[in-house]
Amino acid sequence: MKKKINIKDTLINNGIILLLAVLVVYVSINVPAFRSFANLKNLAINAAPRVIVALGVSGCLITKGTDLSAGRMVGLAGCLAGIMLQKADAPGKIWPNFPQLNVFLVLLICMAVCSVFGLINGIVVAYLNVPAFIGTLGMQMIVYGIALVITNAVPIGGYRADFTTVTQGNIAGIPFLFIYLVIAAAIIWFVYNYTRHGKYMYAIGGNESAAEVSGVNVKKTKIIIYITAACLYAIAGFLFSGKSGGASVNLGMSYELEAIAACTIGGVSVNGGIGRVSGVIIGVAVFELLKSSLQFLGVNTNYQFIAQGIVIVVAIALDIRKYIAKK
Amino acid sequence: MAEYRLEMHGISKSFPGVKALDQVNLSVRPGTVHALMGENGAGKSTLMKCLFGIYKMDEGEVLVDGEKMNIGNPDEALHHGLAMVHQELQPVPDRTIAENMYLGRYPLKSFGPLKVIDHKRMNEETVKWLENVKMPFDPKKKLGELSISQMQSVEIAKAVSQDARLIILDEPTSSLTENEVEALFKIVRDLKSRGVSFVYISHKMAEIRQIADDITIMRDGTYVGSWSMEDISDNEIVKQMVGRELTNVYPALDNEPGDVLMEVKGYTSISDRSFQNCSFTLRRGEILGFGGLVGAQRTELMEAIFGIRHIKSGEIILNGKQISIKCPHDAIKNGIGMITEDRRGTGILGCLSIADNVSIASLDQYLEAGVKLNKKKIEELVQENVGKLSIKTPSSKELIQNLSGGNQQKVIISRWLANNPDVLIMDEPTRGIDVGAKYEIYQIMIELAKQGKGIIMISSEMPELLGVSNRIMVMCNKRITGELSGEEATQENVMKYATQF
Repeated sequence: MKKKINIKDTLINNGIILLLAVLVVYVSINVPAFRSFANLKNLAINAAPRVIVALGVSGCLITKGTDLSAGRMVGLAGCLAGIMLQKADAPGKIWPNFPQLNVFLVLLICMAVCSVFGLINGIVVAYLNVPAFIGTLGMQMIVYGIALVITNAVPIGGYRADFTTVTQGNIAGIPFLFIYLVIAAAIIWFVYNYTRHGKYMYAIGGNESAAEVSGVNVKKTKIIIYITAACLYAIAGFLFSGKSGGASVNLGMSYELEAIAACTIGGVSVNGGIGRVSGVIIGVAVFELLKSSLQFLGVNTNYQFIAQGIVIVVAIALDIRKYIAKK
Repeated sequence: MAEYRLEMHGISKSFPGVKALDQVNLSVRPGTVHALMGENGAGKSTLMKCLFGIYKMDEGEVLVDGEKMNIGNPDEALHHGLAMVHQELQPVPDRTIAENMYLGRYPLKSFGPLKVIDHKRMNEETVKWLENVKMPFDPKKKLGELSISQMQSVEIAKAVSQDARLIILDEPTSSLTENEVEALFKIVRDLKSRGVSFVYISHKMAEIRQIADDITIMRDGTYVGSWSMEDISDNEIVKQMVGRELTNVYPALDNEPGDVLMEVKGYTSISDRSFQNCSFTLRRGEILGFGGLVGAQRTELMEAIFGIRHIKSGEIILNGKQISIKCPHDAIKNGIGMITEDRRGTGILGCLSIADNVSIASLDQYLEAGVKLNKKKIEELVQENVGKLSIKTPSSKELIQNLSGGNQQKVIISRWLANNPDVLIMDEPTRGIDVGAKYEIYQIMIELAKQGKGIIMISSEMPELLGVSNRIMVMCNKRITGELSGEEATQENVMKYATQF
């Protein structure tokens, strides 16, 4: 029947991945440092929190939504975590009288704060029927404003040792960050494939009216998706902040776009209903490889942005093409 | 002047597998209203689409004012003086009346080297044409601020402004109130007196009596005949519309209706244009048919019972208990399921697998520890249904969008078999499905009835309605107008109640 694989279509649909594979092979051959273990480890560490952001965004995309507040929530969570985990004697400590809380309690506080914004995103999208693009764009600015108010735009540093250990340490050479990534991905994979919530999510993306007629509580499901996403951004923000040993309000800027692009490259359809956790991971990996390859080729950072922008547009154009071809 | 404004002779049109039109004729005299009647699917719309070149006819000829025409598209039709006011208007509500009237043919004027739109002339002309249909509106008013009937009048004015001498009105009153219908008829009579002809497609007998001069009746894609309205009685019209042989292609209705399962009392829509004060009962083990013509609001009533639409008043008593339904989730919780009419729009989850499509309404039953879905049990459920309904597919992982219409419908039925509701509402359950699959679906319905479930079937196909229902409710113009069972359930009686208003 339709089992015949069309070689041309397959090539075009996976064009971005193929193109980047060629690029990676080229760089590996020409720049030996690129294929060193140190660089691969570095790639994994960079990719880990980005995968966590992209996992959050993927749920929104699968239900035909999006979340443009992702990057700014990463920034807010990163700053909050940094402020709460500054050393008692850190110079210019922002909250001098704040008690020294357990590092994981701080993580939970960040998640709780972000989930409030996620809840609001969900209500705006599900109950007020505001298009997710606009609703979360507003939230992006609100969250950025809050981060500015809290930090007064002052960079945060002087972290406690337990914070840096938790985020920068490793066990038997495996970075903790990588382990967190595996845990987060496993949980999300379970949710997407083995829970009612996951099935409902795909059903809403596939055909929202049909899902509703089948008894799916569309509003509740969407709200859960936006809250879950916000929690994941908070975790990512916490990790970014600790990993680089400091944070500023600019942390996380435009990460939502990278995440959306990575999801799309990895086969999450912006038309909803389709997307897998493995795809999200591949998408982020591909995107990070692109950035790293360009660095190793000595391409000026300014040009790297142009290249990334092109990849985003082409990736989404190819995704839409698949959808149109199906009709 | 030619005797007829429009003549269509021996029009035939086939689609793969069906002959939609077979030697159909239609002759409209100048300055008259010609009613075109027939059941759902009799071929009225297809005939009009052939006239406007939207479908290419296989055979037949079209004469306008005695001249043979070859019309390739609606634009050319308009050029020859033929215009159509659609059942569902397609205006641009946020632009002005004048802009809508001149959409695509704005008058231009020179502005230096540029051609710009001549708003002044456009507005003045619009006023003139609106006066023509006795609609003194400000042409700068947004079209969206008008009522549906006023928009329809604007459409008619637009047709007249384009020099149309024959206007097709397709179910023009389906969403109008009585006063609005009166206003529309005034315009039609006025234009008629000035020599404009109309083809009036409608199901409403009383309206046809009021407005039409001649009538042509179609049945199952064939031409039945044409009469002057004075020469034919209402009963005769009904008889001609349904006069077919009923052949037995239905399984034996050997289910036995029991005691009352559900009672619906005084269901009235939140909208004045939809169903009003509908009451009926459904018994255990009964297949209750809902007949009526398109626009009678049967679907809307059922969707309200299922919680998709909102009601102003009314109550449902299910299993002796009054229940409140605000959304489909409530309905399902109370044991009501519904297979909607629009399979593509509200039925299938296209990019998901058959397994997901079958299980989506009953995942609660397969939770372990309240969280994890038991995939093995779900797969068993899916396999059981795929086998029972003989769904033709290589695997349950196949995407539903790759199946044929009949198999998709069986998957949707499986979804509700899995959910196991007490009441199952099926809206046009066999639409767009081949004969073999239809028979299988009827068997499933009877099987479900035998298990003691109550089934409500909306059907616009008369033989199906009569062949698979234990009892029939007929709706016409927003109301339930008749209840038929046993000997009384005949084509003539259904049609009599269905055209009551």
